Amino acid sequence: MPYNAKIKVTLRQSILDVQGKAVEHALKNLGYGTVDSARIGKYIEVSINETDRVEAERICNEICQKLLSNPVMENYAFELEQVN
Amino acid sequence: MGAITAGIVVFPGSNCDHDTEHAVASFRGIRPVMLWHNEHDLQGVDCIILPGGFSYGDYLRAGAIARFSPIMQEVIEFARKGHPVLGICNGFQVLLESGLLEGALSRNRDKKFICTRTTITVAKTSTLFTSRYLQDEVLSIPVAHGEGNYFAPPEVIERLEEHNQIVFRYCDAEGNVVPESNPNGSLHNIAGIINREGNVLGLMPHPERASEKRLGSDDGRRLFESIFDYIAGRQ
Repeated sequence: MPYNAKIKVTLRQSILDVQGKAVEHALKNLGYGTVDSARIGKYIEVSINETDRVEAERICNEICQKLLSNPVMENYAFELEQVN
Repeated sequence: MGAITAGIVVFPGSNCDHDTEHAVASFRGIRPVMLWHNEHDLQGVDCIILPGGFSYGDYLRAGAIARFSPIMQEVIEFARKGHPVLGICNGFQVLLESGLLEGALSRNRDKKFICTRTTITVAKTSTLFTSRYLQDEVLSIPVAHGEGNYFAPPEVIERLEEHNQIVFRYCDAEGNVVPESNPNGSLHNIAGIINREGNVLGLMPHPERASEKRLGSDDGRRLFESIFDYIAGRQ
């Protein structure tokens, strides 16, 4: 059964997230005084036609490092789910 | 001696390809050759220019998808052999994504797309791209980008400084490299860098938009001239 990868790509903490800052200010302007910060990342779903979990994980790591994230300024994390 | 040819790569979403073609064609004896992203044949060109624009719609990240296009595999090989490769704006982003240059470009510090005239100073003239300039000369060249905020880890910045790889820096009209003259938040006011070997240059400002007086400045012209001089000298 194939795997579904739910991948999150986020800017590293040391990188100024201007989109997140704009959203944070908007939330504060709406009166949400308890909102401390907001950061924006990307959510990517990839379906992998692979039955072996270890192999699916390897592919997922590889595509994240190669294309989906830029290691200079981003981090990634993913969850793998087997689908029927 | 045959005509010098300059390959200009056209990605879907490139929009400065014809401006660059126009600038290149204005030099006597230089022939621009348009290279489509899906091809593998560099047609024997003498140098490659990656133009500005929004290759592949800037989807995912600027330059991220263009880097894996068929033509880029050849361009990377071409660069590794030591031939001149120039990346302008989106072209600079593609060079960083492809690992030919170090670092990354993130969103502009002030959240805005910036389309304006900037002044940059020539920090290094001993390159094949800048031999026609004077050291610390101030150039007026426009920028147009949303993601031009140069970033690299501290050790990379240190290395770039140590090996004198920073070629252009944003400066004020007098040539002072100060925080106020930094349009996008780039570390060390970096506007353009070169690789250690000296044959790959990337910059955010658009020299092709400053290549004749009637455009308001022809300060970008000598960048192209330097490249063609270098190639002519080798023929």
